[in-house]
Amino acid sequence: MNRLELKTPLQLQSTLDQLHDGMARRLAAAPPGLCPVETALNYLILSRSQSCGKCVPCRVGLNTLAELLEQLLDGEGNADTVRLLEETATVIADTSDCAIGQEAANALLLSLKGFREDYLEHAATGHCLVGKKEPIPCRANCPADVDIPGYIALVRAGRPADAIRLIRKDNPFPVACAYICEHPCEGHCRRKMVDDAVNIRAIKRYAVDAAGDVPQPACAPATDKKIAVIGGGPCGLTAAYFLTLMGHKVTVFEQRKQLGGMMRYGIPSYRFPREVLDAEIASILSLGIEAKTNVAVGKDDLSLTNLRKQFDAVFLCIGAHTDKKLRIEGEDSKGVISAVKLLRGIGDGEHPDFTGKRVVVVGGGNVAMDCTRSAVRLGAEKVICAYRRRIEDMTALPEEVQGAIAEGAEVMQLTAPLKIEADDQGNVVAFWAKPQIIGEVGKDGRPAPKDADADPIRIPCDIVLVAIGQGIDSKDFENEGVPCGRGGWIKSDDATEIPGMPGVFAGGDVATGPATVIKAIAAGKVAAANIDKFLGFHHEIVKDIPMPDPTFADLQAHGRVNPAERPADERKHDFVCMEHAYTKQEAAEECGRCLRCDCFGFGSFKGGRKERW
Amino acid sequence: MVSFTLNGKAVQAAQGTTILEAAKAAGVEIPHLCYLKDVNEIGACRLCVVEIEGVQRLAPACETLVTEGMVVRTESPRVLAARKVNLQLILSKHRTSCTTCIRNKNCVLQDLSSQFNLLDIPYDVKPEKNAKDLRCPIVRDASKCVQCMRCVQVCDKIQQVHIWDAVGNGSRSVVDTANRKAVVDTDCTFCGQCVTHCPTGALTARDDTDRVLKALANPQLTTVIQVAPAIRAAWCEAFGLDAKTATVGKMVSALKALGFNYVFDTNFSADLTIMEEGSELLARLKDAKNYSWPMFTSCCPGWVRYAKNTYPEFVGNLSTAKSPQQMFGAVAKTYFTEKVGVDAKNLFVVSVMPCSAKKAESELPTMQGANGDPDVDAVLTTREFCRLLKFLNVDPTKLEEAAFDSPLGTGTGAAVIFGATGGVMEAALRSAYYLVTGKNPDADAFAKDRPTADKPWQEGTVEIPGFGKLHTAVASGLGNTRALLDSIKNGTTKVDFVEIMACPGGCAGGGGQPIHEGKEMAATRANTLWELDANSTLRFSHENADVLALYKEFLESPLSEKSHHLLHTDHKGW
Repeated sequence: MNRLELKTPLQLQSTLDQLHDGMARRLAAAPPGLCPVETALNYLILSRSQSCGKCVPCRVGLNTLAELLEQLLDGEGNADTVRLLEETATVIADTSDCAIGQEAANALLLSLKGFREDYLEHAATGHCLVGKKEPIPCRANCPADVDIPGYIALVRAGRPADAIRLIRKDNPFPVACAYICEHPCEGHCRRKMVDDAVNIRAIKRYAVDAAGDVPQPACAPATDKKIAVIGGGPCGLTAAYFLTLMGHKVTVFEQRKQLGGMMRYGIPSYRFPREVLDAEIASILSLGIEAKTNVAVGKDDLSLTNLRKQFDAVFLCIGAHTDKKLRIEGEDSKGVISAVKLLRGIGDGEHPDFTGKRVVVVGGGNVAMDCTRSAVRLGAEKVICAYRRRIEDMTALPEEVQGAIAEGAEVMQLTAPLKIEADDQGNVVAFWAKPQIIGEVGKDGRPAPKDADADPIRIPCDIVLVAIGQGIDSKDFENEGVPCGRGGWIKSDDATEIPGMPGVFAGGDVATGPATVIKAIAAGKVAAANIDKFLGFHHEIVKDIPMPDPTFADLQAHGRVNPAERPADERKHDFVCMEHAYTKQEAAEECGRCLRCDCFGFGSFKGGRKERW
Repeated sequence: MVSFTLNGKAVQAAQGTTILEAAKAAGVEIPHLCYLKDVNEIGACRLCVVEIEGVQRLAPACETLVTEGMVVRTESPRVLAARKVNLQLILSKHRTSCTTCIRNKNCVLQDLSSQFNLLDIPYDVKPEKNAKDLRCPIVRDASKCVQCMRCVQVCDKIQQVHIWDAVGNGSRSVVDTANRKAVVDTDCTFCGQCVTHCPTGALTARDDTDRVLKALANPQLTTVIQVAPAIRAAWCEAFGLDAKTATVGKMVSALKALGFNYVFDTNFSADLTIMEEGSELLARLKDAKNYSWPMFTSCCPGWVRYAKNTYPEFVGNLSTAKSPQQMFGAVAKTYFTEKVGVDAKNLFVVSVMPCSAKKAESELPTMQGANGDPDVDAVLTTREFCRLLKFLNVDPTKLEEAAFDSPLGTGTGAAVIFGATGGVMEAALRSAYYLVTGKNPDADAFAKDRPTADKPWQEGTVEIPGFGKLHTAVASGLGNTRALLDSIKNGTTKVDFVEIMACPGGCAGGGGQPIHEGKEMAATRANTLWELDANSTLRFSHENADVLALYKEFLESPLSEKSHHLLHTDHKGW
């Protein structure tokens, strides 16, 4: 017998690892609308298999919980079953010897808390409350309900122009979304069960490039109804687009010099080239939308009260364009610039010269990354992004963070702003930070930073860019009776209607807080439908594109094709688009990965296509 | 065209054809269970799987399209083994009780098990639990359901009433009504299209044969049976005969063989319906301002129920005339009992209907006589009628021709066609023309506007001298009905008189008719009915001598007070 032996991974373990990996992807791709009770049971069964069997609560208790859940699912339970589940799980969480039992019980307690009504429904009727089966995960997760499998099939069939038409049925911004959509559609992509989500955004980017200029459809006969859209961002322009297609006369009021909202004044051109944005906006306006730029709405002639007199309906979608302050010493120093201000200037082509400057960017979201990468491109000698949590806690997309680092920026994690040091003339000379240590997970599920036992650090710099979020300026509307909540959010409902103000609608960032372009587009679409209804119409937006037949194929695992980027060393010197579109070959490979959930699985039963809305 | 190889043979098929249909055209039947052409092509049962060269997995033939150069094998060892396992899995959730199953010998699942030489099931058999609810004509036995989803699709796509749905999650996913309500509490019209498209005994029309046998055995009762027009075109199918062999006369013999005291014809009351409904139409037209238009026929109880549930705004437009079944019952328990000197209490009226909704119609509170008894005591479907014949060992090939009894046994050709979509309309027009002009039109004058299956509804225009133009529309199937009603509602379709039948093809395709897997028989049966009409000596309802005698002796005239009391109903009374 050897005294010690090297641990060599068993073949068995490697197979198990493979299975675990597959199950993790499967969980990530779980379709929406699952029964929470059955899901809880399956998690318990999985957890139970991990028990070492030593301590009672874990060995016996987890199994007992599973049996109680089975009773509920089989319609043999009652309210006492739910109570017993809760009591038992609480004790297992309290008394199990290790995390295997504790966390299994905690998961059930979380489920019991979050889905209490479902458990009680099972207890009372033996059935589930949720029953809505979403056939198509990507479409279900797209706020604008874009027909994703449909347009991927069209791209694959060599019909990119039809793909654009199909997207426009739900979203007038196929180009914008091709460049900068956060693609929530990919989150639960069923392809993850095989390998990885389909690169939906990249396919759309290929489609818009390959399609070129696709003419807009004709508008419905004029209704003589006039609608004022306040705000020319993605939300407002989407509402204007669909309302104009429906035959209404729309006037868009935009406070800034140009239309586009955060697509222009928030997103730098290296991510979304201006000429492409301009072309897409021009295409939308070509329907006959009147746009008034450099017009601030809210006072005097353009007060909401007056607009309501002049127009049959008003849609408020002014976005979230004010900056948030750090509230630390030295914030008023020269050289402290808000992200909103920097990016707004860049949006209008005003590029400040950062040559030779040392820049500190404060924040960890996508806007912070936009500032970081813009600062690099503006010639900064050194750019540091200071973030108070860890890199993995950043809300920015990981590829944005990696891109920034590749372009030479440095990310200093666990660095909380303390003060800004200025010289006698009030110019920034340094950014002071308090080193942090990551701590316990808070109620929001994110680990909170706390002060580390370390001295403050001084980062010498010339410019501080503050990118810690945007606010909403809705005061003028609030003064005229529009209900506003915390942070200036306008309180509109799920139909974008404002209770008590018939004919006034609100949507987009102003109603949700700063969010994504696709959410803004979705709000514009919802507003258009409900404004049309308010005006007494039921204009339908209809798809009239024949769809390619699906082909039956094997589920051979295949890597996700990512579009190439320009080399970091080259792209960091300019604001030219940094991402390449797919080649024809790449597009074909990636389109081939789509499982066509519209035609297989539940889709072939309940229909994978919404022909009209 | 696409060229492909099927079991080693070169075959061609049109682009866009599924492997299953292409193989069928080439003479190769691929086994299937859930598949229903154009309605349910969802690849649920996975029994139609085939091997495609170059594809690792087995492909469902019902939803995979043939492509150029495809090489398909439909009976390879791997395919056979896979089909067997999938069928065994299906059977592990099915309560196999063939001997006492209503679908014994007419069951896709039974046929497939036999075809696959399935001698055992290696799995625990755990069918869904079930409690049969006999409160309405549509009865579901969940333990027999194979979740093929045909009922869901037929109700969604053809009828568009959306009663059935796949509910629950994961392995506990089952078919049930959309909100798990009892069928009787839903908007179900009881049309029975889900029943005639169910491959197993999961969905059935309630069996009322025992009640009828009990009545026949009761010496206190005088038993009367009426038989609907559409039965004569379909009963033959249960015995593998055609309508030419199994004549109306033999059907009458068969009914007599069951032991009824009187065998009558619903055609009699169909002619009566025309007299009432035709007169009502003309009366409404004369007083057009006081009625909402168009007027709708009311003889289909599925349609009446649908109108009440789904288009209540049109209920006032329904003709107040009862259906032929109910007019028959009302007349039988008054006029007929008086004539033969039987107490109405002791008359048991049975009807044979191609329909499941008729069962519910007969139970409506508005369909009772003065003594509180229902006018029609029991309703049998065509299938129940045929089952009784088999039980009583009646061999239709050995029957003599017989005639209906008098006085409720006479019917014209105009009544026979009630069983086909468009028939009520045509019969009504023939008599309306006469009632206005005093002259008969050519009996085939309105044949040009008979509906065809390729259109959701058929419109027609009839010129009646001295009256003007009458615009008509005919629809069958509730999906088509919805389209027509919406078109009327939004003003696109402007018509005066509309015939609606809930089942596609009318009663010929009724939910109580014999079931044939994968075959729609409505058109064939309708042709039989139209032929019977063409060969009739009497083709006008107003020439039915027994109906005229009924008016003379009892009712006085159409729309008289007595007619109103017995032959008309209040659709808002339930």
